[in-house]
Order: sequence, then C-alpha cells, then structure tokens
Amino acid sequence: MMAELSISQVSKLYAGGVRAVSDVTLHVGDGEFIVLVGPSGCGKSTLLRMVAGLEDISAGEIAIGGRVVNRLDPAERDIAMVFQNYALYPHMSVRENMAYGLKNRRMPRDEIAARVAEAAQMLELGPYLDRKPRALSGGQRQRVAMGRAVVRQPAAFLFDEPLSNLDAKLRVSMRGEIRKLQKRLGTTALYVTHDQLEAMTLADRLVVLNGGQVEQVGSPLEVYHRPASTFVASFIGAPAMSLLDAHVEGGQVMLAGQALARVARPDGAVTLGLRAEDLHMVAPGQGVALQVDYIEELGAQRLVHGLVEGQALCIALPPGVALPPVLHVGAAPERLHLFDAITGRRFTARTSAQSGALV
Amino acid sequence: MTDTSLPDTPTRLRRWLDSLRSAPAKRVQFDRPLTPWAFVLPQLLVVGVFFYWPSVQAVTSSFYIEDPFGFGATFVGLENYQTVLASGEYRSIAGFTLFFAGLVTALALGAGLLLAVKADAVIRGSAHYKTSLISVYAIAPPVAGLIGMMFFDMHIGPFVTLAGWFGWQMQVGIDYWDTVLALVLVSVWKQIPYNFIFFLSGLQSVPVSVREAAAIDCRSGWRRFYTVTLPLLAPTAFFLLIINVTYALFDTFGIIDVMVKDKPANNPITLVYKVYLDGFKGNDIGGSAAQSVILMGVVFALTILQFRFLEKRIHYG
Amino acid sequence: MHRTRFFDHLILLLGAAFLVTPVLVAFMTSTHTAADIHMNGLSLMPGGHGVETYHKVLTQRGGFTGEVTGARMLMNSTILGLGFAVGKIVLSMMAAYALVYFRFRFATAIFWMIFTTLLLPLEVRIMPSYQVMSDLHLLNTYTGLIVPLLASATGTFYFRQFFKSVPDELLEAARIDGAGPVRFFIDILVPLSRTMMAAIFIIMFVYGWNQYLWPMLMTTEERFFTLMRGIKSILQVWIGSQIPDYNEAFALAVLAMLPPVAVVVVFQRMFIKGLTESDK
Repeated sequence: MMAELSISQVSKLYAGGVRAVSDVTLHVGDGEFIVLVGPSGCGKSTLLRMVAGLEDISAGEIAIGGRVVNRLDPAERDIAMVFQNYALYPHMSVRENMAYGLKNRRMPRDEIAARVAEAAQMLELGPYLDRKPRALSGGQRQRVAMGRAVVRQPAAFLFDEPLSNLDAKLRVSMRGEIRKLQKRLGTTALYVTHDQLEAMTLADRLVVLNGGQVEQVGSPLEVYHRPASTFVASFIGAPAMSLLDAHVEGGQVMLAGQALARVARPDGAVTLGLRAEDLHMVAPGQGVALQVDYIEELGAQRLVHGLVEGQALCIALPPGVALPPVLHVGAAPERLHLFDAITGRRFTARTSAQSGALV
Repeated sequence: MTDTSLPDTPTRLRRWLDSLRSAPAKRVQFDRPLTPWAFVLPQLLVVGVFFYWPSVQAVTSSFYIEDPFGFGATFVGLENYQTVLASGEYRSIAGFTLFFAGLVTALALGAGLLLAVKADAVIRGSAHYKTSLISVYAIAPPVAGLIGMMFFDMHIGPFVTLAGWFGWQMQVGIDYWDTVLALVLVSVWKQIPYNFIFFLSGLQSVPVSVREAAAIDCRSGWRRFYTVTLPLLAPTAFFLLIINVTYALFDTFGIIDVMVKDKPANNPITLVYKVYLDGFKGNDIGGSAAQSVILMGVVFALTILQFRFLEKRIHYG
Repeated sequence: MHRTRFFDHLILLLGAAFLVTPVLVAFMTSTHTAADIHMNGLSLMPGGHGVETYHKVLTQRGGFTGEVTGARMLMNSTILGLGFAVGKIVLSMMAAYALVYFRFRFATAIFWMIFTTLLLPLEVRIMPSYQVMSDLHLLNTYTGLIVPLLASATGTFYFRQFFKSVPDELLEAARIDGAGPVRFFIDILVPLSRTMMAAIFIIMFVYGWNQYLWPMLMTTEERFFTLMRGIKSILQVWIGSQIPDYNEAFALAVLAMLPPVAVVVVFQRMFIKGLTESDK
C-alpha cells in the first residue's frame, strides 16, 4: 500500500486573525518517519491536527496516499493518532480500547480479535488485555495507545508528543520502541515533539518549525551540521550553538580582533555560530580570549561557559585539563557557521582556511 | 420548591457566567446542522412550556384584575402593585420574612460551621458524627414541620412541657411568637446538615501545607481559625449565605404550611406563603401575580448583590 | 495539630443529638398506640404496636373517596422521585451534550434560555404554572406531576460542567476511531458519566420525593396523592377529633423520610461528592 503524505501550501488561520501555520509544503515518502519539531506555539501540533482532520484546513491541500483528504472526517482519512495524554477510554478494557475503532468500521469479530492479539503480542500487552487503563502504568498506557493505532493498520501514524507525560528514563526506552515498531511495520509516521533530542534520534527527516513556518527540512545530521538559520542552530543540539556578533572585513571573519577564516562576503556585520565541540584550546596569543564564567562537569566532558568581549560562548573540553581563568580558543575554519546578521539565514558561501590562521 | 438542595441560583449563575466567558467549550466540536437540535429540543420544550409560558403569564396577569367569577380580566396597570405595597398586612409579612430569613440563616450557618469545625478536628468517631449530622438533610420540609409540630404539641409536646416548668404557656399555632419560635427552630434544624456538608468539605479542602504553616506561625488555635481558616472558608460561607437566604424565603413553605395548619390569620407567614394564599385561597390572581413579580425582583437583587458587592471582598484561596 | 478534646466531642454529640433525636423519637413514638401517646407523650423507647400501626397506615383506605392507601402514596412518591430523577438526568445530559460538544447557530441563545430558569424558583410562578397545567389538561396526571418540575437548569448545569472537564482528546480519539455524535455519546460519554449520574440521581431523587407544594396543587384526586400530600391530609382530618392519630401521623412521617434518608446515608460518599464538587 502506497502511503505517501503530501502537504501543499497549507495554512491555518484562526478567527482572531492569528496565523498558526503559514504556507507549509512537505512531501512525506512511504514509510518515512518525519518529526515536526519546534518550540511551543510554533504550529507543529496544529499542522498535525490538520492532517488528522481535527482542525479545518484554512488554505492548501493535504493528501494521504494520493487522496485529497481536506473534506474528509478523521475516521475516513486512514490515519491513526497517539495522543500526549494517551486519550484511552477509561471505562473500556485494554482490549476494548484497541477494538473500538475496528468495531466502528464493522470489521468482522474474528478479524478484530486477530488484530488485537497481534498488536498485543507486538507491544507485550498480552497480560493486560482485560485491565482498565487506570490499572496500568504510564508506559503501559502509552503502549495501549500505540496498540490502538497499530490495529488500525493505517496509512499513516500521527504522534502528538506521545512521550511528554513519561519520566525521563521511560521516555528513552519508549523512543526506541516507537522507532523499532515503525520500521518493522513500515508505516509512514508524522511525529510532533518539542524535544530536539527526541527529534534527532527518531527522525528520518526533521521539519523545524518556527512561528508557523518551516525553517528547515532535512536529515538530523544535515540539520545539525548545516542549520539553515540561527533559530535552527540554537534549537537543535545541546548545548546550544553559541551565536556571536562578528563582522567581515576584507574577506576575513573577524571576532574579538582576530581573523578566524576567509570568506567571500562583502564587509559588514554577520552572526557567527560555533558548536561547543568544534572549539578547542590554542596557545596564548592565538585564537580568541575566553573569560571563563562557570563550568558544567558532565563526566565524559566538561562544558566551559565564558565570555568573549561580553558575548557568551560555550566550549566542550575533555575532563581533567587544568583551566586557567582565561582560555584561548579556536576552531577549524570549515566548522564556522555564518548567518546573516539581520535575517538570521545561513550564508551558503564557504569559509576556508587562510595562511596564518589558527588551526 | 426551589432547588436549594443544590447550590442555588445566584452562585450557579455566577459560575455559569464565568464558564460562559471562557472560550469555546471544546477544542473540537461536532459540526452537524440537526443533531444538536435533537439533543437539546426536549429540554427546550419543557423549559418553554413550563417555565417561560407561566413566567410571562405571571408578569402579564400582574397588570390585570381578574373577575372572581372568571368573566375576563381588566387591565389596571400598576394598580395591583400599588395595592400590594400599600397594604399594611403585606408590609408586616415582608418585615417578618426578613426577620425570619435573617435569623434562620444566622443560626443555621453558625451551627453548621461550629459542627463542621469540630467534626474536622476530631478523628475518633468522625465518620459516625458525619453520618448522623448529614442524615437529616434528606427530610422534606413538611415532614420536618410535622415532627416539629409534635414536639410543640399542646398535649404531647416535650417543649411545651419544658416551657411549662418555667410557667410559659406555649401555644404554637395560636400565639404568634410561640409559632415563630417553633418555625425558626424547625427551619434551622432542617438546614444545618446542608451547611455542615459544605463547611466540612470546605475545611477539608484547606491544604495540609497551609494548616501546617499556620500551626507554625500561630500558636493560638482560635486566632489561627480566625485569621487563616475563616478567610479560606469565605467563598463557601458566602455561597451558603445566599443558599440559606433562598432556603428561608422559599423552601420553608412546607414547614409553614404544616405548622400554621391553614390558619394563617394570626400566624407568622412568609411572602411566598402569602403569594400562595392570595392566589389559591383568596382567588386574587392579579395581586398574587404582582407579589410573584416582586419576589422575582428579590431573587434578581440577591443575584446582583452577589455579583457586585460582596464578591469583591472575599479572598479566594 | 489535631488535639482532640473532650469539648469537641461534647459539641458534636449535642449537635448530633439535636439533629437525630427528633427522627428517632418519631420512629419510636410511631410504635405506640395513639391513646398511649396521648397519655404519656413522645417516647424514645419502642412500643409494641409498630406492626399494626404501619400495616394500618399502609393499607387502610383513607380520604373522602377511600381511594388512597399509604402504600399507594408510597408508590406515587416513588414514581415522582424516580421519574423526576430519571427525567432530569436524561433531559439535562442531552441538552448539556448539545451545548458542549456541538458548534451550531443559536447555541448561545439556547444556553441563556435554559440557564435563565435558575433565576426563578417554582414558587414565584406557581399560580400561572397551575393555570398552564390546567389549560393543558395535565392536572391529576403523572406527567403533570413530574414534567413541569424538570423545567430548571440545575442538571444541565452540572452535566455541562462535567462534560467540560472531560479531556478533549477523548472526543478526538473517538472521532479518529470513527464514532459519530450519537455513538460518542452512548459509547463514551454516558459510561464516563456514571459516577456523576449516580450522584445527581441521588440528589434529584431526594428532591423529587420531597416535593410538596407542586403535588399539592396538581393532584386533587386522591389516587395521585404522594406521602407529602398525605401528611397534609392527615393533619386536616385531625381538626376536631378527640384523640388525634399521633401514631399514624408519625408512621406516615417515618415512611415519608425513610427512603430519602436511607439513600443519602447509604450513598453518603457519592452524594456529598455530587453535592459539593459538581458546583466547582
């Protein structure tokens, strides 16, 4: 069954004139796992709910498996959804919860039983089939919610922050299970989260949303290594990429009076992005001087937070190195990220090493 | 009778208004043209026929004088109102109603609060106390009236005997003030459980952390109650104040009807009872309707009182 | 903090005694003969004539037409209590469902129409209400006894509050599961409301059972008399009699209060929850 999902120029306008989603276009291939990620209020849930049919589509078109679904009821869209608070029917047993949607489509009884049994086995819910949701733990409830989606054998799974109500440890293990399950079933999935780590670990492709607009679409590594904007740069990755005001002078990126790399840009202000792990210590006199502010020990590494001419910069260092109050740091020129100082968009022009630059 | 068994009119009105202001009830709603009508129609029909029709009639007939033999009615404008308000009897009944409502409310609230505070304080036997204090709630006003009458019966009533020891010839149903005493006592008796239930639930919803903080900050139990618990109970108390006034005004009908035994001549009665007497016994349809409308005004006034005036001074925990 | 003192218990005991003693006395006294009561007054001890008194009250045909027995009145009160409670729950649940879960024209207007009924108690419109019943030929019918009492928004209010507290996601999940409005109502919302329905049922049953003024006006035929109405008539018969039937009056009072009191005491927890929480 082909289950592509295509979202073309979709917008959501609320009565008060608020534009929750504007002009989003996205093509999801069959079996692909797409994660919509962004801060709260970025429109990711609204977009998902428009796909589900729980919100009207103000403009644009959504097609599932080649069929335009704009006017269809949620039940007719061939999708299944997993909610943040599970939304299990509290008065029904686990079995009834999973079977309810199938019953409503008048599926034969034995087929329902077979599908429920299969899903229960897959999700290790067998022993709990006759329990009510209230007798289950959070993780088990989440599995039931997934079971309810799985038995439908839908064209697409829609996940609306499904792990947010779980504790940290469970979240990590459930994350893995969701990924395995989706790969095994090969069902197209659209997953909403505000957690960038969850997004990175789950997605085939990430869609970073901000203010109702798509900032960037790409594989997790693409997005991490080539963030399309300062927004993406600061949102994806922990610790967040340090963003500093720098400028270009005579084809050189200048920060704190030091030339860092050669770039084919006219003179003027730029925003310089530096990932903590791309920075390293250099000999005094080279690189920029970092006034150490405080240190976070993470065990495997330590994060040193400091100031470069009053601007915050974070650098990851191996543990056990003696730290002077002022560090001299540098980075490989090809590891610098340059963004337009006004629009925040990434410059495509490449940076390169120059003679005498810090290495 | 009014539903004072439930949180009544003004408070519910306020809560309903509050809930109305908040955005749509549900994020997602069904969009069907006809289905909602099918669901809401039965209630609309009942409300239309049995609420709006009579209410409109009450207002209209207050402007007419009906021929006692049923031969039509004459429009008289505000004459019914003038007659009612000018009547010394009406005024004295209004005065009594006010006195009665005030006394019943004060006593029932006070007793309910006292018992709730004590029931909240004890641990041993609290379930039994609770059950016995609540049980009387379900007794209907006329039954309460009947039992009260027996206790004040001139032959068998223990209260009459008791008063007799002090040389007081108690004559409930004949002597005005003796009847008042009996009415108030029975009305309070019937209402205590309701106040008890709400005060107790209000007390039990005071967070343990607040109690503990108060216990650390303030040594005197009485002062602690006065400065911490009571302000936190204020919303409950205010809600109950309105309920109790409504109860005293309307729900005591059954008690009064049983205890004055249809001999209202020299007995204390309330305004509602007067509406009933004039309408059904006196066949003064217009006058009774005018009184109804006046009472409607009282209910509205109570509502506004709650909205505008007292509400502001109460701290919500 | 909870230093239990003698004084606390004393006040509670006095309060409980003040509330419960009259009920006990009513029951105990009802088991004595009328002459006994006339001689010795009220009693806190059981007498030996309970069975015959209750038997008489339940089966003796009274009134002018001889059509009504205590048992009949008991039945009528039950019909009124049950009919009112069931009617209230059905009507108000449906109306609240429409108001909360549907987007439709005039929803706000309808909401206000229903809600305004909270403002005017039945007493202040009792005359015209009687007129309307008379015009509709509903006097002396069970319909006339029950249906007009349903014209108030209390239940609708409760259910509306409750429905609003039901998580939105349940409706969304149900819609994805292919449930339409009717199916969602029956399959999900009604089962979810069971506790709420039970609590409201108790409150409404007590309320319906305890109705006095309305049944008194609506039922002139004795076969429609409820226990409350019976209490009124037993007192009317007294006037002029030598030794009033105190025992029978007490027995009737006990019959009239036993079912609602029992319901409230047995389902205490649920009842209190319904009463105090539903108005949040």
